[in-house]
Amino acid sequence: MTVTFADVEVGASLPAQTFPIDRAALVRYAGASGDFNPIHWSEQTAIEVGLPNVIAHGMLTMATAVRVVTDWLGDPGGVLDYGVRFTRPVVVEFDKPTELQVSGTVRSLDEESATAVIDLTATVAGETVLAKARVTVRLAR
Amino acid sequence: MPLDQSYLGREFPPTAPYEVGREKIREFADAIGDDNPVYRDQEAARALGYPDVIAPPTFAIVVSMRSSAQVVRDPGLGLDYSKVVHGEQRFSYERPIQAGDVLRVVSSVESIRAIAGNDMLTVKGEVRTVQGELVVTAVSTLVARGTAKSS
Repeated sequence: MTVTFADVEVGASLPAQTFPIDRAALVRYAGASGDFNPIHWSEQTAIEVGLPNVIAHGMLTMATAVRVVTDWLGDPGGVLDYGVRFTRPVVVEFDKPTELQVSGTVRSLDEESATAVIDLTATVAGETVLAKARVTVRLAR
Repeated sequence: MPLDQSYLGREFPPTAPYEVGREKIREFADAIGDDNPVYRDQEAARALGYPDVIAPPTFAIVVSMRSSAQVVRDPGLGLDYSKVVHGEQRFSYERPIQAGDVLRVVSSVESIRAIAGNDMLTVKGEVRTVQGELVVTAVSTLVARGTAKSS
């Protein structure tokens, strides 16, 4: 079930998804990525540096958000370019997962290269956490 | 303290070779909660035309971070790492990273700015195989909050 170029229209929506992110996910991501900055696991450190609480790694948010594209695309190797701006920290409380809501819209298509540009919207409790989140993908013909 | 502008354009030495392992890719995919079989199952990867399992797109940061750390922790640059947050990130892929790749990264300083009291540093990392094939270019903008305020 691969998406082909002919299936896609400008303005079309990709299936939106909600991803829960809890403290255990932050610890797992720290271990897997090698980013052990304590603001992602120590409440005391996070508060000392002026954050409301422990925050998710920006790179975990970025990794999670693009799943709306790769799950839709089928082949994640079709991602040619992916960029985001981190606008607001994703705060993760001790006892309840934070819900990251992600949706995507086809911004443009290029017939010659069979590529599409997707704009992603990522929010937590209605507030945008990623800006200029944009993915260029290669589509099957 | 402002960042040392003489670092603009400076290129850092290549990182030690990083060998991409299948189990590391699986561990990373697990950590981002992504169960796509192409990250775990060689048959699934081959069915899509890859020689081995491929890595999730943002896995590139695991490799590029080793190089950008050289830059941000360079004492001469003057970045206060304790105040640093990730501002922007972009990856441009020639192809996905795959198991068996042996990768090195060369980082260079793309821009040094002070905006609204924050020092902003943009580092570009070119991730290549040891044979020299460009795989992905990672551009990271780091923001040191409040460090550019005049005291």
